[in-house]
Amino acid sequence: MARLSYREALNQAMCEEMERDDSIFLMGEEVGHYQGAYKVSQGMLQKFGEKRVIDTPIAECGFVGVGIGAAMTGLRPIIELMTWNFSLVAIDQIVNNAAKIRLMSGGQFKMPVVFRGPGGAAGQLGAQHSQALEYMYANVPGLKVVMPSTPADAKGLLKMAIRDDDPVIFIEGERLYGVQGEVPDGDVVVPLGKADVKREGTDCTIVSWSKMLTVALEAAEVLAKENISVEVVDPRTIKPLDGETIYQSVRKTNRCVVVEEGHGFSNVGAEIVARVQRNCFDDLDAPIERVHRMEIPMPYAANLEAMITPDVPRIIAAVKRVMYLPESKPESKPQSKVE
Amino acid sequence: MLAKGQPVPIAGTDDEPFSILADDGTIRPGTDAPEIPDEQALKLYRGMLQVRLVDDRMMKLQRQGRLGFYMLSMGEEATHFGGAYPLRMSDWCFPSYREPGVFFWRGYSIKDYVNQLHGNIEDPVKGRQMPVHHSANWLNMVSISSPVGTQIPQAVGLAMGAKISKKDDVSLVYFGEGATSTGQFHVAMNFAGVFKAPCILFCRNNGWAISTPGNKQTASKSIAIKALAYGMPGIRVDGNDLLAIIAVMQDAVARARAGEGPTLIEAVTYRRGGHSSSDDPSAYRDPSEPKEWEAKDPLERWRRHLESRKLWTQELHDKYSQEITEELMACVKAAGELGNPAPETLFDDVFAELPPHLEEQKAEMMSRPRPKPAHGGH
Repeated sequence: MARLSYREALNQAMCEEMERDDSIFLMGEEVGHYQGAYKVSQGMLQKFGEKRVIDTPIAECGFVGVGIGAAMTGLRPIIELMTWNFSLVAIDQIVNNAAKIRLMSGGQFKMPVVFRGPGGAAGQLGAQHSQALEYMYANVPGLKVVMPSTPADAKGLLKMAIRDDDPVIFIEGERLYGVQGEVPDGDVVVPLGKADVKREGTDCTIVSWSKMLTVALEAAEVLAKENISVEVVDPRTIKPLDGETIYQSVRKTNRCVVVEEGHGFSNVGAEIVARVQRNCFDDLDAPIERVHRMEIPMPYAANLEAMITPDVPRIIAAVKRVMYLPESKPESKPQSKVE
Repeated sequence: MLAKGQPVPIAGTDDEPFSILADDGTIRPGTDAPEIPDEQALKLYRGMLQVRLVDDRMMKLQRQGRLGFYMLSMGEEATHFGGAYPLRMSDWCFPSYREPGVFFWRGYSIKDYVNQLHGNIEDPVKGRQMPVHHSANWLNMVSISSPVGTQIPQAVGLAMGAKISKKDDVSLVYFGEGATSTGQFHVAMNFAGVFKAPCILFCRNNGWAISTPGNKQTASKSIAIKALAYGMPGIRVDGNDLLAIIAVMQDAVARARAGEGPTLIEAVTYRRGGHSSSDDPSAYRDPSEPKEWEAKDPLERWRRHLESRKLWTQELHDKYSQEITEELMACVKAAGELGNPAPETLFDDVFAELPPHLEEQKAEMMSRPRPKPAHGGH
């Protein structure tokens, strides 16, 4: 075990895989000489050279399309997007091409490409840099969507994403890069499609992922002081979703709150709620609650940003609602129940 | 080779497109024509004739309601074979949707072609794609994309991949002049130039993008001239002159293979039919225009060339026509009788392995009574 940051864990995953397999290369804006916009590729150019750590012109639909073409020759590209917000410039390549080429060609072409980069809000970056877009990619058949919340998961999941023969949307938490954690040494992988119980509890299940998982854990800690025992489940892979681990938890706690960073409408949380009510209908003691961003493009001003983003008080309020407990006292921060 | 400070060679940009064959099929004096052996010259003729005959029959089937959709190549056949001929089989081709001749030249059979259009049980893409969207990995022919221009960055990526893998293979990507208005064309040109990708970017400038004429597509003098800004040679060639296309392609392939980077080729031709079976061009263009281009027919020009080489005879033409038609009719008959893809194949190839959520959906689907198809084929 080593103590690594989330960023270092991702770097280690890429380096170990590239040492193992010559067909893997990293491409994107600023990945080489600048050492990565978020320094995830620190030292990789020096280690692997310009043929395998490739700085590109600023054009997402260019290097995403180039990655797709390279994958068709049997190479395994890792395409870094400076942020998932910019993937919208390349949406035709990802949705109309990467996701569908295997199927449209009758299985003739495989598409072993990883698209990775940060997603979610990172604090005062405004409407075009703060989106949580996992719902969009999770809705497209042919794509896998992976969102690690800890350094250990980041390393283990990225290694598996690189080895996968299908296109993987790998969304890193922009506010998680500096988070430290224990990471197993060597070639330890985390399978795609397997959820993880990040905290055990008996009274209520919270399902959350990426940055929001860490906020949910904080809320669970506060609630523990009030003798409310919360279980926190991290799907880790949004698609394919490991429903069973979530259902097992809800069957134990009989209550469920889904916390996500993005907007509510048609989001991943809505899908989880639909599945939990169908699979755990008789086990539920309360309607499932959701906590998510309000449906406003992200404002810049810090106070406004905080108002619309899920936080510990809102998560606590949701847990108390599903437990039919009185909400916090009126002098605390005003709560807004989000439908 | 582009050395520093030297102008980028742009052939034929301001003048008539580069041409070798005169209308009567003879070689223009002073031009350096590539040598095409007799057997290959006849094979190219038979190939273009096959595209013409297959197109004619398939369009009729579409009009009879037996195919959902079709796209004609009439008058543009030389661009298919001129592009395909100089490649070797380890090279790659990213077609758009109007180059069936490239598939045929590389070994795609009429049977594969007709079965794809029918989406039946022997369709190489298993009934997944619209008609005309072929895919043949075994021939290094990449899946056709409906949104125009998406294949251009991919072809550049494939070429860069070949370079990374230390192979000297090249990629050839086709697109219409309409696709040059997309962002994808421009990013791909830029990437190809910056990375010296061994890629040939082949624009079939056929004058019309559905109802949009070339002069509404760009204010540039030509498509080829755009190469100048991206630091690569741009060549404007007569798209109905098979020999001239082969000549510029051979140059471009040699440069790419030698590590000297990409080339943009603009083949000036004309879309004599509609955009697709869903389009009626009489609504937007003067019917005299396609008539004028009939006189510049690429197949007829190549025929005259073969005649000048004493290779072409009416008997040989009739023999080819008969062979192709017989094969075609047999394939059409067989395709109509073949069954549809089995419902259980529906979930194959979404991913390499079936994930649990699709296993569940497949089991649920298979447990339902099967709906009867409206009728046998389409």
